[in-house]
Amino acid sequence: MTQLMTEDGIRCDGRKTDDLRNISIKVGVLKNADGSAYIEFGQNKILAGVFGPRDVHPKHMANQDTGILRCRYHMSPFSVTERKNPAPSRREIEISKVIKEALEPAVILKDFPRTVIDVFVEVLQADGGSRCAALDAAAVALADAGIPMRDLVSACAAGKVADRIVLDINNEEDQEGQADMPVAIMPNVGKVTLMQLDGVLTPEEYKSCLQTAIGGCKRVYEIQRKALMEKYFQTGEQ
Amino acid sequence: MESLIIDQLKRERIIELLKSGKRIDGRSLDEQRPLQIETGVIPKANGSARIKLGNTEVITGVKIQPDKPFPDLGDKGILICTAEILPLADPHVEPGPPTEDVIELARVVDRGIRETEMIDLHQLVLIEDKSVIGIFIDSSVIDADGNLFDACSYASVAALLSCTVPKYEVKDDIPSLVEGVTSKPPVTTLPISVTMARIGDYIIVDPTSEEEACMDARMTITTNSAGNICALQKGGSEGFTPEQLIQCSEIALQVGTKIRKQFEQLK
Repeated sequence: MTQLMTEDGIRCDGRKTDDLRNISIKVGVLKNADGSAYIEFGQNKILAGVFGPRDVHPKHMANQDTGILRCRYHMSPFSVTERKNPAPSRREIEISKVIKEALEPAVILKDFPRTVIDVFVEVLQADGGSRCAALDAAAVALADAGIPMRDLVSACAAGKVADRIVLDINNEEDQEGQADMPVAIMPNVGKVTLMQLDGVLTPEEYKSCLQTAIGGCKRVYEIQRKALMEKYFQTGEQ
Repeated sequence: MESLIIDQLKRERIIELLKSGKRIDGRSLDEQRPLQIETGVIPKANGSARIKLGNTEVITGVKIQPDKPFPDLGDKGILICTAEILPLADPHVEPGPPTEDVIELARVVDRGIRETEMIDLHQLVLIEDKSVIGIFIDSSVIDADGNLFDACSYASVAALLSCTVPKYEVKDDIPSLVEGVTSKPPVTTLPISVTMARIGDYIIVDPTSEEEACMDARMTITTNSAGNICALQKGGSEGFTPEQLIQCSEIALQVGTKIRKQFEQLK
């Protein structure tokens, strides 16, 4: 078992307890998609593509009153140490669902009745926290597609490692740590739209973990905003 | 779950009642429906339970048999929870491969029991890295009226508490059953799942399917006997404020303590 934290609170990848991993986001990386983004979040490398609003197939899924959002989170067979079976696993289906439900509050679907917005996320290389990174990329891709949104969605995990609350759990900490709490927020609306937890926390640790994760989400939000500005404002002004 | 298309009037009635602190079935906001637990209903299973939470009804069976350990977990037995909604439980459910709702249901039930470490899996090893005891907990919803998460979780915990673990002897690296000798499972704590729905600004415990049809968001929190929060899942197409999330955790601990008493008697 690797040592997850030194006595002076330095984590196995050299970070302090409240450091994020390196994050970089590029907007508009795919030509065919209506909106797209590529994120590197630690060792995670994830592509997100958005199509729509467009006709719904199969037709019976269409809703007369509102547009619908569909989301597919998928991991490439080569994204993890042991080859992953390319068929969607139960874990991927669950993550697709929670990502969809995290994005839904932000997207103004009522404006597009009888249509669907499809969000496809492909994890090319996986590290800890891939659902948060995938969600960060998906939200930026939705904005890039020009879809009306109430807010961006920003995600980041916090957790408990070596009895301390830390921000942004990496792969080793996810495997061997004591708790992992992925959180997504709409930073301006102030609502939590994704939250999960596995691991044991006291009620006090729960509160501090939630605060830590929300703080991380706000920092991710700034990076998402910058990435969007880079595409739309700097070139636009000239 | 496929939402019920409930009468618009009923939805308005539910919201109107909440404003005066009441619910359509007369419960208070943090009141669970009565929980009936019956164990030992399937003698061919190693453990079983049939529970009723209001009108939601679940049967869970536990099967215990030797198995190979997971490759990276050779020093632990296997524990797997599944859940399904039988087509006879709900007019909206059709036979076929599991929908994402059902997969989420099974995974949230599994997470609650796994993350609290209810069963000490280290005590289920026959030969390290080669052979361990596997505990399979399969839940079937037979009548659905909301809050399947808690119902399946309670049935699974009750079935586990009632189960007996057969004894296996290892001869030449092959485990063989010792007839007539069983033991109690190594239970360390009692996980209690509490599911809440947010309708507007109100948080209600144990929603019925009518209430689920008009909820904005859902939260399931599992606590252990020591009063820690061990597993959590947010669902639904809306969010929670951070204050509401703290409130949910307090409700889960408070309501959980009450329900846990009912399970203590099964031990």
